[in-house]
Amino acid sequence: MPTVAPLDLEGHCVAAVFLNDVPHFALADGAIHRLDNGHKTVQANDGLLAAFHDAANDRLITGGEDGKVFAVKAGGEVSELASAGRKWVTSIAAGPQGAIAYASGKTAFVRFADGKIKEFVHPRSVEGLAFSPKGMRFGVARYNGATLHFPAAEGKPVELEWAGAHTGITFSPDGTFLVTTMQENALHGWKLADGKHMRMSGYPGKVKSLSWSAKGKWLASSGAPAAIVWPFASKDGPMGKAPLELGTRGNTMVTCVACHPSQEVTAIGYEDGMVIAARFADAKEVLLRRPGKGAITSMMWDKEERRIVFGSAAGDCGVIDITA
Amino acid sequence: MSDAQTQIPVTVLTGYLGAGKTTLLNRILSENHGKRYAVIVNEFGEIGIDNDLIVESDEEIYEMNNGCVCCTVRGDLIRVVEGLMKRPGRFDAIVVETTGLADPVPVAQTFFMDDDVRTKTKLDAVVALVDAKHLPLRLKDSKEAEDQIAFADVVVLNKTDLVTPEELEKVEATVRAINPAAKIHRTQRSGVALSEVLDRGAFDLSRALENDPHFLDAHDHDHDHECGPDCDHDHHHHDGHDHHHHHASDIHDVTVKSVSLRGGEMDPKKFFPWIEKVTQMEGPNILRLKGIIALKGDEDRYVLQGVHMILEGDHQRAWKDGEKHESRLVFIGRELDAERLRKSFEACQAA
Repeated sequence: MPTVAPLDLEGHCVAAVFLNDVPHFALADGAIHRLDNGHKTVQANDGLLAAFHDAANDRLITGGEDGKVFAVKAGGEVSELASAGRKWVTSIAAGPQGAIAYASGKTAFVRFADGKIKEFVHPRSVEGLAFSPKGMRFGVARYNGATLHFPAAEGKPVELEWAGAHTGITFSPDGTFLVTTMQENALHGWKLADGKHMRMSGYPGKVKSLSWSAKGKWLASSGAPAAIVWPFASKDGPMGKAPLELGTRGNTMVTCVACHPSQEVTAIGYEDGMVIAARFADAKEVLLRRPGKGAITSMMWDKEERRIVFGSAAGDCGVIDITA
Repeated sequence: MSDAQTQIPVTVLTGYLGAGKTTLLNRILSENHGKRYAVIVNEFGEIGIDNDLIVESDEEIYEMNNGCVCCTVRGDLIRVVEGLMKRPGRFDAIVVETTGLADPVPVAQTFFMDDDVRTKTKLDAVVALVDAKHLPLRLKDSKEAEDQIAFADVVVLNKTDLVTPEELEKVEATVRAINPAAKIHRTQRSGVALSEVLDRGAFDLSRALENDPHFLDAHDHDHDHECGPDCDHDHHHHDGHDHHHHHASDIHDVTVKSVSLRGGEMDPKKFFPWIEKVTQMEGPNILRLKGIIALKGDEDRYVLQGVHMILEGDHQRAWKDGEKHESRLVFIGRELDAERLRKSFEACQAA
């Protein structure tokens, strides 16, 4: 039976992650809580809006209302990486080579591993950011499409157009596909080799959480009463194929998804705080956590594939041990 | 809505550069009214107050991808409101200041069309500041100045000390011609009581029309003018002006008009399809609509409001004893066919 070690905090949890296998919880007030032989806290932003787990460096990058970008490492080491001025930093991403990207208004900034910063100004607001798997490119979600930059080289960016406001962005783990979340209840995808479009619509709500399964064969998403899982294994992605619908519930919505690191299983978090795991092959479900106080906002599996750390909008966070 | 208690009220402040928005904002931020406001501005500009809750945001208008040209929202507001609402304990209400040239419609529609924003906040009122001296000029050179007045629930007619009483009368008549439903306050140095611009509930169906007991009184639209200490105008001179209600204004440079309709009890089977159709067909031309409808066989007053193609309605309260069961509806917009609206409205009356 899975067991839950709860951690009740005050406020909205923006990100729940493992850093060096220690559960960390980044709250909207900028406090970073961790369960490291007891409950400890350090302070990052004054008002934390966005956070990204930098897997390559095992750190959490945060941006916030103070216009600053921090890196939080296991053990409570917090360092300021950049300051974008008085505007909010609303989006964050990290690449595999120590580079990070952050957005403030219409400008996307890339800070390279050596501390050098490059600015990319856009005609409209920068909504979402993502690095390609190898870190050679980074993508910006914007109004009417996405823009791909080559941060380390000069040269014109690649513009991918699709009408509507694109709010979030992710590359498939093999770099074949780019997928955006939209202001309307849909995802949009491009096959990067030929620019072919993929429309993934039919969601009753906005999609705010995306997670690629092992080797990028599937893309799990929130925004419906079930986790909507699109097949990406074939060369044309999900075109002409129906997605899986896992963990369907009648009275609540999926707010967060986190795929298992190696198996075709996803953790699914709901608006009422419930967490389950569901297997793609047979849609079998296991209850991991009963409903709580707030919507699940963030989840992550540990390296041993044994525990899931989760955070909620109401602050009732915790760690699920699926083997106990 | 069941979660109405937890929704944070949002006041939208429009007005041309120099109309007095910053002065009013500074008062909202500094006066001792016991409430904390988060303020979303386009530029910090001249707000001389250091406050964590002043957020600078680039106006970002997004067309929704649903084929409707008037379905626009402010993308930056969605983001900022969502960010602010992650720490809701810090403030009691939100004020959104728009740029001088801003179209107020996308701001307002954001609070109806975005699910996340809608569940956490509610639009309280749209307040337009108008520079009494420069309005005639503004109306000549921009559609926005007119839109801002047409769209407002409250108009603060500011800088009245810079015009003669005759000029002021004329400017106020112009504002009335554009928007007969708004509440007008004459002020100097944005000196309006904050209770007249904040927490108005103008979009709250249960309150909106209660604030204005003479809503749409055809023969006296002077009733809701509240006089400041500097007000010395004749309270009865407006009586001849009610022709503004029913056809395009004879005042130059005004392209917005209002159509006020009155009728008896409506047949719900006719009225609802009609109002749906009108907002679908005429949506792009309708800036605002407000109404109180008497439905045949219904104990309650039915109130409704709309912005372009967005229509909201609900039962408000029971008709009082002796209250006349009549239906009143006002459209504010452009290129409205008053005669056709009137005829088709009247055709919805119950037999």
